[in-house]
This record gives sequence, C-alpha cells and structure tokens, in this order.
Amino acid sequence: MAGLDPSAPAASIASVTDRVSALSLPQPAASVHFLGTIAAFVGSEDNVMLVDGTAEARTIAAHGGGILCAATDGKRLVTGGDDGRVVAIDRRGEVAELAADAKRRWIDSVALHPDGAVAWSAGKTAFVRAPKQEVKSFEAPSTVGGLAFAPKGLRLAIAHYNGVTLWFPNMAAKPEFLEWKGSHLGVAFSADNRFLVTAMHEAALHGWRLADNKHMRMTGYPGRVRSMDWTAGGKFLATSGADTVILWPFASKDGPMGKEPLMLAPLKARVNVVACHPKEEILAAGYSDGTILMVRITDGGELLVRRKAGDAVAALAWSADGSRLAFASEGGEAGLLVL
Amino acid sequence: MSAAPAPSSASDKIPVTVLTGYLGAGKTTLLNRILSENHGKKYAVIVNEFGEIGIDNDLVIGADEEVFEMNNGCVCCTVRGDLVRIMEGLMKRRGKFDAIILETTGLADPAPVAQTFFVDEDVQTKARLDAVVTVADAKWLSERLKDAPEAKNQIAFADVIVLNKTDLVSASELAEVEARIRAINPYAKLHRTERCQVALADVLERNAFDLDRILDIEPDFLEAGDDHDHDHDHDHGHHHHDHGHGLKHYHDEDMQSLSLRTDQPVDADKFMTWLQDLVARDGARILRSKGILAFKDDDERYVFQGVHMMLEGDHQRKWNDGEARESRVVFIGRDLPEQAIRDGFAKCVAA
Ligand SMILES: [Zn+2]
Repeated sequence: MAGLDPSAPAASIASVTDRVSALSLPQPAASVHFLGTIAAFVGSEDNVMLVDGTAEARTIAAHGGGILCAATDGKRLVTGGDDGRVVAIDRRGEVAELAADAKRRWIDSVALHPDGAVAWSAGKTAFVRAPKQEVKSFEAPSTVGGLAFAPKGLRLAIAHYNGVTLWFPNMAAKPEFLEWKGSHLGVAFSADNRFLVTAMHEAALHGWRLADNKHMRMTGYPGRVRSMDWTAGGKFLATSGADTVILWPFASKDGPMGKEPLMLAPLKARVNVVACHPKEEILAAGYSDGTILMVRITDGGELLVRRKAGDAVAALAWSADGSRLAFASEGGEAGLLVL
Repeated sequence: MSAAPAPSSASDKIPVTVLTGYLGAGKTTLLNRILSENHGKKYAVIVNEFGEIGIDNDLVIGADEEVFEMNNGCVCCTVRGDLVRIMEGLMKRRGKFDAIILETTGLADPAPVAQTFFVDEDVQTKARLDAVVTVADAKWLSERLKDAPEAKNQIAFADVIVLNKTDLVSASELAEVEARIRAINPYAKLHRTERCQVALADVLERNAFDLDRILDIEPDFLEAGDDHDHDHDHDHGHHHHDHGHGLKHYHDEDMQSLSLRTDQPVDADKFMTWLQDLVARDGARILRSKGILAFKDDDERYVFQGVHMMLEGDHQRKWNDGEARESRVVFIGRDLPEQAIRDGFAKCVAA
C-alpha cells in the first residue's frame, strides 16, 4: 500500500482524458442532458446552458429561482423550479412555459413520456398533461418524491411516503398502490415494463415485480442512491451510492431476487452519478473525488475519462446515439468527450 | 498527490434554528423580531402555515411537517421528509441567505426535525442544527403542561426557552411556571420576556448541537443569578423573588431529567456497549442525551449527544492540566428507568 495510491487509476488503466474537451460554463451545473448533439447543462439557479460541440455556452433564462428538477426526451428539456413554473426548452433555446402553479409552490419533480405527455408534481399533487388534453391531477397521500412514466400506455408511477401509486390518468380505474414503508424518492420502470424500482431516502432501493407485486429489497449501500440508470437492453440497473458501481441483474423473470449484484469500478471514493451508454454495454460513472470512468459491463474493463480532481462529479449524460459523453462537476467544471 | 479537500467545518454549514412553542405563545412575534432586527444577516424561513401569518421576508418556504418512520420497525425513529426536500432545494440558493429558521406548529414534536439532522447525509453535510428554541406562554404553560403532551415535549427538547408574557403573571405564578419547566428540563437556557424581547444572541448561534461546544452540562438555574435580567423595562417586583435560590421544587410525573456523574475513570468499551443498549431498549423514552466522558487511559475528553435512539459522539480535545477528569451524562425523557440507568452507569466505572 505504501507509496502506491490505489485511488489513482491513472497509473494503471487506459486513459482518454486527452480527448476530453473542457467546456466553460457561466455557472455550475447540477445535471446535464442531450438535445440531439447539444448538451444542455442545468444550472442550480435560473439558467440552462446550451453547448453545441465546444462552442461557447448559450445561457437560457428558464426560471426566476432555483431549478429543482429536469427531464428530457431527447427533443426538449423540461425543468421545474422554485418559482412554481414548468418550462420546456428546445435545442434552439426556445423557452415555452408548460405550467405555472397557482400557489407558486415548488415544482419538485418532472417526467416525460415518449409520446409527448409531461408530468410534474408540487407538494402532494401530481399533474399530467397529455398532448391535446387538459391537465389532470392526482392527490398523493403525502409529498411526491418522484415520477416516472411506464414505457407503454399512459401510466404514471408516483413515489411518496410508504410506497408508490400507479395512476392511469385517462382511465377511471382506481390507482394501484404498491406499499413499502419509508420515503420513496426516485422511481423507474424497467424498459420491458415488468419491474418498478424506487430509490429510498434510506440507503436502499426497493422494487416490485409488477405481475404479482412481489417485493425486492436491494440494500447494503453505504449512502443514499441518488443516481440510477438502466444498461443498454435493460439487463442491469446501474446505481450510485457505494464505492463501486452496483448493478442489479434484471434480465431473468425474478429480477435481482436472490441474486448478488455486480460490483464494478471500485475506487476509494463514492459513486455520485451513473449514466449508461444507450446502445453498448458500457456505462460512465462519476465519483466524489472527481474521477470519471467508462466501464465495460461484460468484463469490468475501465477507461479513464477524468482524473481525480478533488471536485466531485455532479452530472453525466450520453447523447442518444452514444457518440458523446458530457459531464459537470460540483465546482463548475464541465467537459465533453466525442467518441 | 494532492491532498483531499478538507471536510467542511461547522462554520461552513448553514445554521438552522428550530422555533417551537404552543399556539399563541409568541413564536411569530419572535420570528418577526429576528427578521426585522438590523443584524445584516439574511434568513431563509421555513414556516408551516404558508401565507397565513404575516412574515416579512424574501425567502419564506411553506412546509408540510410530513414525518415518516424509518424502515427499522421503530416508532421513535422518524424523519421530517419535507425538510429533506426543502433543504435540498434551498441549497441550490446557497449564497442568498446566511441562516435558516424553521418554525414548527404548536403541536409538533421537535424530535423528527433533530433526527433528520442525524440521519440525512445531505442535510448533515450542508447544514447544522443550531438549537431548539421553545417559546412558552408564562400564563398558560402550566395548564398546557397538564393537558398537552406536545407542550411538554417542546420544553423537554429545548436548548433555549423564551418564557414570554411574564407581564401577565404575578411573581408567584412566574415562580410556579419556572419550577414546572425546571422539573422537566433544568438544562435549557431560560429567558423571561415580554413580547419576546430577548437578545438575539440568546436565541441564535447557540451551537447547542455542536459536539465541540458541549463544554458544560450544568443545570441552567445554578447560574441564573447573572442570566435572568433581560426584562429591562419591567423591574417592579422583579427583585422580590430570587430565581437562583428560592426555586420551588417540582417533580414532573412523566417527564424527567437524570444526571449522572463520577470522578472515577470510565471503561470505554463497557460504556459504549451500555449506552448503545440503553438507547436501543429505552430510546423511545429518551428525548435527548448528552455526555462528557473521561475514559480510562485516554487523554482526550469524549463527548456524545443523542436524540431518542440516534447517537453521535467523538473525542473532543485533550483534558487540560489540572482539569478535573469527571464524567457527566444527562438524560431527558419520559418515564425514565432511573434506577436501572444509575446501576448501568455505575457498572461502567473502570475496575
Ligand atoms: Zn426508534
């Protein structure tokens, strides 16, 4: 151990750091999303910054206050703010207001459906607006922690305290309630619509197999899971929260029940954010010490994208075609890797 | 290799003052005083009844006081979920304010707020609980302590008690209500006020939850002589009773404090095991705990504090030369098993 710092992978693994272009952002970004080939960096206050290639960032005034949440379908970025507004921004930087909360409540979460429906929440209320339809709302039993659309049909998962409600905004059917004690924050459907997973306030994930509502407990994290993403083809759910990337297997009909997760890319730092390549079995992981690794899921092979910098990674995203990887750090650095 | 960034010290963290108190005691009066005073500081205020009470401040956030139980099957291990969310949102506006004041409803139990700071990693790294300040109505508190368990919780939990509306009670009524407060919580700093006229330094920046500041855990009334004269415009009758010595002694039926001390060195392993077992078993009844320990063969003071089952502790500093190496532990709680606690602590003395 002495003399050798195992947390410095630079010495031992292949590096593409020389192919990363540094981007200069006018303010630190909390998340990043791709609109085609344009990287949209969401600042924590007021602004979204659009970066085309390595050109200078275009600052788009989106909110009059903090931006609390953001989601994208690849064509537009939808954000919710503490100004009570939900806005959409396209790749040209056009801003459209989708909703303004009557009581100016904080917009805590947003979600987008591939067919154009938008969902958002303020306090206990979840809202949905499908294309050419009126806004519909649902009162959750407690504050909404997260939203996700099912991949098929208009069905919204609403995470809250003690479980998740599955709501069909266009149907009279009573919403379905999946119960599990605790506070549920992030929520995601598997791409095949068979599983639903929540990231809880405690350091654990909870899952349900939707066919029979069978529970799946995914525990053992040292910290809260703030980032999760499905690998290409939906074989694994990659997650942050530990000092390795934790990947839960979802390919079989039982999902991760009774199985051990895959643990890749261990470092002496916490994984803050994960982003899976849209086509290949590759993921990018950003760590609390600033390191960014690209990891091949099949054999755990690693490629260094950003060296340990002392400045934690805040955001990572792949473009839909998988040719670009963008990142932002808590200290305000940002970069772009074109493959 | 570059050094890792230094962990953020207590002073980098945004201080959060929790303002509790029964309805009508004067919480809003105190809040508005804090906000209007010329201190050059900007506050973010988290209030429950959003928009209903007049608060003149730029940053006012409405809270739902949503408490959820953690998934450990224990009813006392609770977290304010809305607070986690609000703190996360507020931290995006860091730089726009210097401190946070969190006002709770009159019916709220302060424990979930405090526990949120013990449990939530994000809240903990960015903010720190400064103190629980309870505003009490001198005229009605004695009654409330009889019929409202939440009023008792708020007194028991307090680091600072602002005993307000003292102008509306006689000297003997005041002595009575103070004695009732002291029966529950002898450690809080108590300030007698009219219209919440308390020096802001007495309610803000108290560092009551800072392990480094757990210097003394002596009952407040022992030093009441130099601490109690804040009612400058009201000294008639004031000197007729002496808070320090003439205090009536009450025993509260269900809420007590228990103080243990020894000048014998304590066995660290035995003590840690005992303390953890105690809070695991009786944590639901223990609202707060605090202690300074002199462990055998240890040159540093060990300090700890807890809320129900949640504990945090650390070595604080070296014992000074000539300083009496005395261990002191304090519990405030409901129906405390006093004898069992005393016996358990006695067994921790190093052989
Ligand atoms: Zn408990």
